Amino acid sequence: MSEATAAAPTASATGRKVKFIITRRERPDAPSFTEEFEVPYRPNMNVISALMEIQRNPVNAKGQKTAPVCWESNCLEEVCGACSMVINGKPRQACSTLIDKLEQPIRLEPMSTFPIVRDLVINRERMFNALKKVKAWIPIDGTYDLGPGPRMAESKRQWAYELSKCMTCGVCLEACPNVNDRNSFIGPAPISQVRLFNAHPTGEMNAHERLEALMEEGGIEGCGNSQNCVRSCPKGIPLTTSIAAMNKDTTKQLFKQWLGL
Amino acid sequence: MKGNSYLPRKLHSLLGVIPLGLFIVEHALTNYSAFEGGQEGFSDAIHLLNSLPLIFFMEMFIIWLPILFHGVYGLYIAYQSDLNTGRFSYGRNWAFAWQRITGVITFIFVAWHFYDTRIQLALGNVSHEELGQHMNNIFSNPWAIAAYTVGVLAATFHFANGLWAFLVSWGITIGPRAQKISSRICMGIFVILAAMFLLSIFAFRSDEFATAASAALSAVSVG
Ligand code: HEM
Ligand code: SF4
Ligand code: FES
Repeated sequence: MSEATAAAPTASATGRKVKFIITRRERPDAPSFTEEFEVPYRPNMNVISALMEIQRNPVNAKGQKTAPVCWESNCLEEVCGACSMVINGKPRQACSTLIDKLEQPIRLEPMSTFPIVRDLVINRERMFNALKKVKAWIPIDGTYDLGPGPRMAESKRQWAYELSKCMTCGVCLEACPNVNDRNSFIGPAPISQVRLFNAHPTGEMNAHERLEALMEEGGIEGCGNSQNCVRSCPKGIPLTTSIAAMNKDTTKQLFKQWLGL
Repeated sequence: MKGNSYLPRKLHSLLGVIPLGLFIVEHALTNYSAFEGGQEGFSDAIHLLNSLPLIFFMEMFIIWLPILFHGVYGLYIAYQSDLNTGRFSYGRNWAFAWQRITGVITFIFVAWHFYDTRIQLALGNVSHEELGQHMNNIFSNPWAIAAYTVGVLAATFHFANGLWAFLVSWGITIGPRAQKISSRICMGIFVILAAMFLLSIFAFRSDEFATAASAALSAVSVG
């Protein structure tokens, strides 16, 4: 750590620059264009700190003053999912992407599977709508005190914790070839959430409602098994295992419906 | 698209294996008999098939209608995907892309092949006894050999990789280990089926099939 701090002044003294090519647009309906930036290098900087530098001094590589680049971020520790963008071709979180580990020039693009609001800011509303559609919660409200629910085994809790790490970041939808304007596929993340909430001892009581939501138009059936999602998820969520498990449960649900069980 | 695509998608997936998967295996075996048993083996196999009861209805409900639904709906599914192997060049994503590309190739190939064989039979331009000779004729053109090779590779890959996807789509292979094992088995099926079809193309080219049905053959068809 002390070495890194000691190295800092030398690095900036050498005047090393980090080169960026950023895909921008001014308004949701405006055409997109690219703009290049050169940001003074600092050790251990990440993509967000570079964007902050551009915000502080909004001058492009040609030395012209320009509008500062817009982006979204909150937690800065890869748990909120707000800062997802396409960095050198791959969707990921800008806050946890270190400049030292990237090839230059660094290309930043918005995740264009989602509606683009401005520059790198996107609207992930469809993901939150999907969570509402599949009822990704545990209903515990009643007109009277329902008392304590059944306990979850510790081993199962640990397993479920992995699925609960999803931060609705949208990377898996951006990576999926079947999430686009021509396709109503709900996307990997909400399917995995159905598996999570159906595994909960109280959530299980409404399992059929979540499965039925996945069997409606714009549900699970759009999955074509490209498996890009599981390779891309920053949280290492076993998305394709969740999808196959929900394929099994929706199939069972289908037979239950037919047989009137 | 309005309405719920869940059931059509399930039907599409099911038809790909039952009956179409069974049909492609049967087709590979029948053709392979030309390689293994020559003119006689092939005509015995054709004769056996045509002696099945209600063969026309079996063809209709086991082959034509399923392939029509699966093929047309499959084209629509292919249209609904944005292939992105450029950005995500993972093996499974390539398989996803090839599943769609081979689907389109298979569609064109099957339409042409169906016209070339079954329609000609229906029109009375070819008889069952002349089929071997008819194939020999077709394969006298090197372009036809090339087209059949591409068509056969596309169709067999499409079925084998589709079988892998089917096992996932119905929740039979769930974890990564099960899916890895099934992918090895399915690629084995691809290699075996493709080899059988390619060997039968090779067999139909031999001089044995150049002449019309032999005496032995006419005896079979009479008897
Ligand atoms: C005639 C033209 C055909 C077209 C355009 C076509 C198209 C497609 C497409 C696009 C898929 C991908 C579905 C998905 O992964 O979501 C698919 C799946 C499949 N196809 Fe075809 N196909 C055709 C013919 C055939 C034939 C002849 C067979 C059988 C021999 C077959 C067997 C399968 C199987 C087993 C699947 C996997 C089903 C699943 O994903 O669950 N297809 N087809
Ligand atoms: S499943 Fe992973 S990639 Fe998809 S939204 Fe959740 S955290 Fe992001
Ligand atoms: S700012 Fe929260 S994940 Fe990057």
